[in-house]
Amino acid sequence: MPNTPERPRRVRVQRDGPLLVEGPVEVVGEDGEVSVSHRFTVALCTCRRSRDFPWCDTSHRRRCRNPSEKQEDKTS
Amino acid sequence: MTGAPAPALSSSPALSRQQFRLRPPPLPEPRGPLSAALTARLSRGTDPDPDPGSTPLPVPSPDNCSPYGDDLQLALYVLYELHYQGFQDVPDSLEWDSGLLAFRGAIEKVFLGALRADVPIDSAETAARALDELQLEPVGDDGSGVSYFLRDEGTLDQVRAYAAVRSLYHLKEADPHAWVLPRLHGRAKAAMVAVEFDEFGGGRAEEMHAQLFADLMEDLGLETTYGRYVDAAPAEVLATVNLMSLFGLHRALRAALVGHFAAVEVTSSPGSRRLAEAMRRVGAGPAAVRFYTEHVTADAVHEQVVRHDVVGGLLEGEPHLDADVVFGIHATTFLENRLADRLLAAWHEGATGLRGAWPDGPAPGAGRSSG
Repeated sequence: MPNTPERPRRVRVQRDGPLLVEGPVEVVGEDGEVSVSHRFTVALCTCRRSRDFPWCDTSHRRRCRNPSEKQEDKTS
Repeated sequence: MTGAPAPALSSSPALSRQQFRLRPPPLPEPRGPLSAALTARLSRGTDPDPDPGSTPLPVPSPDNCSPYGDDLQLALYVLYELHYQGFQDVPDSLEWDSGLLAFRGAIEKVFLGALRADVPIDSAETAARALDELQLEPVGDDGSGVSYFLRDEGTLDQVRAYAAVRSLYHLKEADPHAWVLPRLHGRAKAAMVAVEFDEFGGGRAEEMHAQLFADLMEDLGLETTYGRYVDAAPAEVLATVNLMSLFGLHRALRAALVGHFAAVEVTSSPGSRRLAEAMRRVGAGPAAVRFYTEHVTADAVHEQVVRHDVVGGLLEGEPHLDADVVFGIHATTFLENRLADRLLAAWHEGATGLRGAWPDGPAPGAGRSSG
């Protein structure tokens, strides 16, 4: 279990990306709304652009005029 | 993981569908001399070779076949499938038949040789830079790829066709990547296992991504039987799935498998958002939407873990594999672009992009809204 005294929960901080927190987590928003994820790690949005806030949806990414975008259509 | 008892199989409709999948699919229809010789050989089962002195497969050499064409790609797909679910009336033991393995090796040499030629690697390029480039999104969110087309103008039939051909992978989602686990060490292995655990539903069969895709297919009125749409899948689809098996089954290509996986995870979230919108627009149903919305947030996490710990961990231990990671990334993009070109060309003509007509007959989506 990640959250034990012997093994603290790991949080990864990045300048240009989401906060990575070992799950499961409960996130309480300003309005008191609680979001729950049981994923092994969650990516918390820090840019506030996510349409799935508080979860990251990669909206922080840089945009450019002519990316080679056809490859963006596969799903893992 | 806890030791909670598994629910009875009969208690869950999702699991009963899984049980149905346990029957292997029939062999697909051959598409040329290689695949014809192969399916004939597999149909013979373990019967002794009629001419024991000869090589088991005296077929035309794959060297003369188009490396990305229907015949070679189907033959390779069938050979790889022996390592996954196999085929009806084909003995499981043929997975390790030496003649078939030699045949597979000859085909792989052609496929891999073509990829190496078509995807040259600049010696200055690094995996980190290649992944950074994949992250760029178009200004204004108006690209021209498959997911944009389906989001903005795809018909219900085109959305169904996309799901049908993607089912060749998604009904075994994450399986090809499991082959790489014993080839990794330490941080890379631990992180890869964590992502795979998520792909496989975090220990819950009904949450496995392959099951979520089967649920999507049901929403679209498609058959969820494993292998149902192989005959309808063009060579470009087979090539994308074969690439994963090629990379997964060869330890020498472990870094290419990792690069492939990273490329998919990095590019998946934005595309999945658009495909979820496509599902909503054609009225596909909640399970169809759920498959893609789940991938928006799941793959935003997977991307980070794969970049930092799988790619980072692998290259920390084996830095000489950086170029192979780059090759895996670019080979994935190359084959996905070929598939996108094929599908978009068909869709702009109002066609489905399938090989031939729908195997089920006309679309049963009469009761669904297509607008």
